[in-house]
Amino acid sequence: MHGYEFYVDPSRCIGCQSCVKACEECDTHRGTSMINFDFIDRGGTTASAAYVCWHCEEPTCAMACPTDAIKKGDDGIVQSSLEPRCIGCSNCVLACPFGIPKIFPEYEQMMKCDMCYDRTSVGKRPMCATVCPSQALSYVRPDGIAGRREKPTNVFQFGNQKVVTLVHMMVPAGTDSVSIDVLDYMWEGAYVAFAQPQ
Amino acid sequence: MAEPPISLKSLLERFGPHPAYVPPGGWQDELRNAPERLVKTHCCFCGQQCGIQLKVRGNQVTGFEPWEEFPFNRGMLCPKGVKRYMQGGHPDRLHDPLIRTPQGFRVSSWDEALDFTARRLREIQETYGKDSVAIYGGASLISEKSYLLGKFARVALGTRHIDYNGRLCMVSAGAAYKLAFGVDRSPFPWSDIPKAQVVLVAGANVAECAPITTDYLWRCRDAGGKLIVVDPRMTPICRNADMYLPVRPGTDLALYMGLLHVILRDGLERRAFISTHTIGFEQVAESARAWDPRTVAEKTGVPPESIERAARLFARAERAIVLHARGVEHQSKGVENCSALINLCLATGNIGREGAGCAMITGQGNGQGGREHGQKCDQLPGQRSISDPEARAHTAKVWGVSPEDIPQAGYSAVEIMEAIHRGEIKALLSACFNPLVSLPDAKFTMEALEKLEFFGVVDFFMSETAHHSDVVLAGSLQEEEEGVGCTAEGRVIHIQKAVDPPGNAKGDSWIYCELAKRLGKEQYFPYASTRDIYDELREASRGGAADYFGITYEKIDKNMGIFWPCPSLDHPGTPRLFEDGRSFHPDGKHHFVVTEWRDSGDPVSPEFPIYLTTGRVVSQYLSGTQTRRIGGLLEQYPNPRLEIHPRLAERYKINDGDWVTVTTRRNEITLQAMVVKTIRPDTVFIPYHWPDGRSANRLTHRTLDPRSKIPEYKVSACQLRRADGPPDWALSSLEHPSESRNGKA
Repeated sequence: MHGYEFYVDPSRCIGCQSCVKACEECDTHRGTSMINFDFIDRGGTTASAAYVCWHCEEPTCAMACPTDAIKKGDDGIVQSSLEPRCIGCSNCVLACPFGIPKIFPEYEQMMKCDMCYDRTSVGKRPMCATVCPSQALSYVRPDGIAGRREKPTNVFQFGNQKVVTLVHMMVPAGTDSVSIDVLDYMWEGAYVAFAQPQ
Repeated sequence: MAEPPISLKSLLERFGPHPAYVPPGGWQDELRNAPERLVKTHCCFCGQQCGIQLKVRGNQVTGFEPWEEFPFNRGMLCPKGVKRYMQGGHPDRLHDPLIRTPQGFRVSSWDEALDFTARRLREIQETYGKDSVAIYGGASLISEKSYLLGKFARVALGTRHIDYNGRLCMVSAGAAYKLAFGVDRSPFPWSDIPKAQVVLVAGANVAECAPITTDYLWRCRDAGGKLIVVDPRMTPICRNADMYLPVRPGTDLALYMGLLHVILRDGLERRAFISTHTIGFEQVAESARAWDPRTVAEKTGVPPESIERAARLFARAERAIVLHARGVEHQSKGVENCSALINLCLATGNIGREGAGCAMITGQGNGQGGREHGQKCDQLPGQRSISDPEARAHTAKVWGVSPEDIPQAGYSAVEIMEAIHRGEIKALLSACFNPLVSLPDAKFTMEALEKLEFFGVVDFFMSETAHHSDVVLAGSLQEEEEGVGCTAEGRVIHIQKAVDPPGNAKGDSWIYCELAKRLGKEQYFPYASTRDIYDELREASRGGAADYFGITYEKIDKNMGIFWPCPSLDHPGTPRLFEDGRSFHPDGKHHFVVTEWRDSGDPVSPEFPIYLTTGRVVSQYLSGTQTRRIGGLLEQYPNPRLEIHPRLAERYKINDGDWVTVTTRRNEITLQAMVVKTIRPDTVFIPYHWPDGRSANRLTHRTLDPRSKIPEYKVSACQLRRADGPPDWALSSLEHPSESRNGKA
């Protein structure tokens, strides 16, 4: 949908799984949910997280696919694998830095979130973000997100791989990118990289 | 008499619950057969009453589409809302009236079932008197049905005993609000929540029991608001709370007295507001004097510093809101708890202004509307008191009867079951109420049901309670009759009829009118449609606190709901109460109410040293009659689990997943442990949506709040023992979500 962006904010997630249930209602994969949902550590916390596909500008899954089965459309949406091409090898599952794609044995192919192509292509918001009661998943215009405590970013640093995504992550204000490697925070990070033992 | 006619196994095989995982026709059916229309209506689960569009083809609800224009939820839905459409074509749905025989239930004609029901009710009333028959109603019924039930009890049967399952929900709040303000309604629209600077959430698991309200809390935080959460469990909203106060079960009153104590000690109260708009402050101030933070800390387990800080945070805010729910209401001092919270708001001048006030989060589907128009044992339509001569005269005129013919107040829900148990009430007609699962002390309920000389049920699925009935009248789902509901906000909404009841099932309102006809009272029930009933309800509510006179179906549609009171057709409704500074009391003042400490009715002791508290999970609704039949919801949380802190678990050598027997002074059940750090180590928690050996209400007790008559579900005393293995219920394969999702296309 023109002018709308997808935002994910795990700090708002209440673990209700509305998104998981609503995703099953999508026309392109009825009865199968593509949401990646987890209770992080239920024994220790009620924290939970629901993710959709991040729809990378340069999708690692597609780069790792030996049969060129994963395509990105002009709209920036990275589609599920093309059924005639997909050989179910799981390269994409292993390669995705976010852990999104899944192999569905009953369909013998990789399937994942296509940001409700059936809905967004006809001017409807994706099912998960529409129903999400805490708006941990939001599909709104950027001005609809500007008043939030947390601010959006779509730059992720996985070691030396920089990933820019279509979907935004809500992070504390003043954070430009999300890094998960301590090296990215170290002053001597570059030096350490050079100083690898021969 | 009313023992189930055949074995439980045969009943479950025939009537379920059988979890349905796929929509009618299979997942791919919609791609071949597109829905013919979208019906803008509301979710049937919970008091938020979210707007939703149901997809309909022929006479079948086939799916849903979010309704983004409806202002309360703007398309948002919890998992129950997403899956609510799965009930319509459900294989367990009752399509015909059923009459019990020694061989089980047999299908009957409507004439036979209705004649039989009316004859038995009449015989029993002739033998034992009018009040030997009781009616149970449901708070999930549309307001037309609940109004009709109240009139049916009082006019067609002439019994004073009618009450409803809202008695198990929020009546403590209702009683406290009537005492303080003269009216039982949350005084502000939810759009006020993001405008508050501080929100105190007291005993409300918002994320799981009122999920859409979460977004309002998060928007409040986005605007810089602070969130204080009081709960024995760290519920999901606690993660983002600025303060979390881990109150010991049953001690909430002490905490709120402590907050008031600090506010008054430090002179943070609003004197001008108190003197202009309230009465009774001095007595309440006096009663708060004893509750210093140290004393409160010892009682509640909340640190004195937290009490000090929370009190200052709350009192210094220009606009503060209190939201409370079952945690404080389900106690033998439920009314006191609510009054103490209202006192906090009154002392700080937080009422009748944008972004300020005290509100209950009503729980059941039509929990607000269902209690306003006459299925409460002590109320007539429009929230009028049944003991008020003027109210009786008004209602009698609308009904075309004499005021003396209207019975006086009867027993409340639990008291009705107790009267059945002691043989005073001989017959029960129960509509959409599953007391065997939802009333406290289930063994007692079972004994009572078996003593009934006649038990009739109106329902759309065979509930566990209906197993004990003599006749089941196959009624209607919410989307099968047109009418109104009222949300937790006080917004009256329009429930659209999407489809007709399937097979030979009938609209509930038709059933009561046909029964009234057979009881010789046809002239008082001349309705051609629920719209006729609603027009009479509007007239009956006219001039009452809950005045619906100016609210029509068309006006609701045009305005996306109308907040009552709405006394005339050109009145816009009243989203926020008391803006003119006046309450609904004749003196116009807000009343401070003195609260008195009482111990729980089931105190912990050396033999029963652990607190047991019960509640809900996000994927189930009430006694589960509907939601245990929806596979997608059942698989999210298939069976009740015992939440227990690792420190307590260690003492009993319990590991995560172990089977644990929980025993109270009444009974025991065995269930699996879920070892979590998110609960106080002196407390365990069990959700209550399941029957039989999984029923938390086998453990709870029948102590009632003396004024609201709400049971004390939130505080019982229990002991724990690691069990050797799974109990019978876990070994039987019936009613378990199977690993393979049958029929998945």
